[in-house]
Amino acid sequence: MTGGTIVRRVFLVVMGLFFLLPIAASVEFSLRGTDNTHTVSVWTGLVHQAGFADNLITSLELAGGTVVIILVLMVPTMAWVHLRLPRLRRVLESICVMPMVIPAVVLANGVLVAFSGLPQWINGTPVILALEYVILALPFTFRSLDAGMSAIPLRTMVDAAHSLGAGWLRTLLTVIVPNLRTAILSAAILSAAMVLGEFTIANLLLLNTFPVWTVQAGQQDPEVAMAASMLILIVTWILLMIMSLLGRQRRPRAPRPARRTR
Amino acid sequence: MTHIPTEVLPGTEASVPGSTVAAASAPKAPARRARADLLGLLPFTAYVLIFLGAPTVSVVFGAFQDDSGKPTFANITAILHKPYAQAFAESIEISLLTAVIGAVLGLLIAFAVTSSPADGVLRHVVSTASGVLAYFGGVPLAFAFIATLGGEGLVTKGLADIGVNVSGSYLFGFSGITLVYLYFQIPLMVLVIFPALEGIRPQWTEAARNLGASRLQYWRLVGGRLLFPPFLGALMLLFANAFASYATAEALTNGVIPLVPIQIGSVMSGNVAAGQENLGNALGFGMIVVVALAFLAYAWAQRRSARWMR
Repeated sequence: MTGGTIVRRVFLVVMGLFFLLPIAASVEFSLRGTDNTHTVSVWTGLVHQAGFADNLITSLELAGGTVVIILVLMVPTMAWVHLRLPRLRRVLESICVMPMVIPAVVLANGVLVAFSGLPQWINGTPVILALEYVILALPFTFRSLDAGMSAIPLRTMVDAAHSLGAGWLRTLLTVIVPNLRTAILSAAILSAAMVLGEFTIANLLLLNTFPVWTVQAGQQDPEVAMAASMLILIVTWILLMIMSLLGRQRRPRAPRPARRTR
Repeated sequence: MTHIPTEVLPGTEASVPGSTVAAASAPKAPARRARADLLGLLPFTAYVLIFLGAPTVSVVFGAFQDDSGKPTFANITAILHKPYAQAFAESIEISLLTAVIGAVLGLLIAFAVTSSPADGVLRHVVSTASGVLAYFGGVPLAFAFIATLGGEGLVTKGLADIGVNVSGSYLFGFSGITLVYLYFQIPLMVLVIFPALEGIRPQWTEAARNLGASRLQYWRLVGGRLLFPPFLGALMLLFANAFASYATAEALTNGVIPLVPIQIGSVMSGNVAAGQENLGNALGFGMIVVVALAFLAYAWAQRRSARWMR
């Protein structure tokens, strides 16, 4: 082993520790009992904590709502741009990355100012959150769908569908969507992961979601908050892992063996 | 989870827009059809105008209005003085510091990994882990560090057991925030710089060596120059990422640290003197300007490096 290799390994190990230690510490913290003992009681009691179920459901509904809105909005729009207005693709891209230039805090502030006149059922409920989370999800949704649509012969498929007599809606649902399932799935997963952990806008608009509840719970019971925050982490990490594996599958695979009949 | 910037990764840029080619070969549509085609963009345009455009415009206009809606520069003047100017200075300082440290450490990790075999375990682990960790932010991250370095944290208690007493309060100040931000800045750097490192063809290294270049000469004249634009771009991306972060700092310090996003939050919750209701808008406008400048620099660097990465 050369000196360079040793230095490199030591460096990687130190960095690995930096990234693993906080995760290990969170697990340990959430398992703490009284007087230096460890117990799983915080985890088992988590479901019965006041506000746990309500806020978790709110966050899950928000994730579902956001995913539905962004897919219904973006899949047809992007297919349309790819097929009919390819010259506007760059324009669409620059609009879709705009949310990165507007920090979430500023967006929250803007929502408060701009929509103060809106009816209570939009502005005072998580509905407004879902509508704004769609905006936050635009950048990676664009990337994902754009990569998906560029990778398949979309025009040929759509022309074929049309010449076989399919209308726009049927083409969209039975040709475009199935061929884009990986891209659509990654956009949906990333959006859901983002929504489940989003704290900034929900907190500033004084709306209760799971992350907001977690921070509030932390002021009374740090162990409960730690377990709840681990839960967010585990769920989002599972989602992101699936994403990462999906991405790897895009490589051409060895042809599958013929399907066996039972 | 406010940090989701992979969509600007240089690697994904490489996807070929096949449809552009197809469109060029198609016969030119008459102007009337072209106009009808634009109608297809109506839902998207309307949505973005309402839910992104309206809030942004009201922040920008609000920044230049007083409480009764008359035009004024008073808010802008206010954010250029104490205490807000200091908040900007501190925000920029933390963002720059974490961007530079994160970029250097991330680059070193990426270097260490690219010299390992392309299909090895190390490479898979590092790329998957950075994909996941770069998104790690906000509440869970803040809590994880409290569990590690806070007063009751694992490391703090471990140190106390061997006789070293640290209060753990540093975690809630400048140095603590810096350390916590590095947790997502480093993986983001790895994610962004990886494609650039892989874009350096072995042939170029060999060519330089065949021409008699030393290692130092190679890095000074070839490798360094190729890597400089993507490195600069990544630095700007990291800067913007840290500058815009609110959730992590808020959850960690409960809104005590005077960073710009935290101050906007406190203005929004009404902690502000009468006559200064538009201060939050002015601070927001200031943030947009800073982030936009960083992104312009990023886009410029991206275009420079794209020349080589084909």
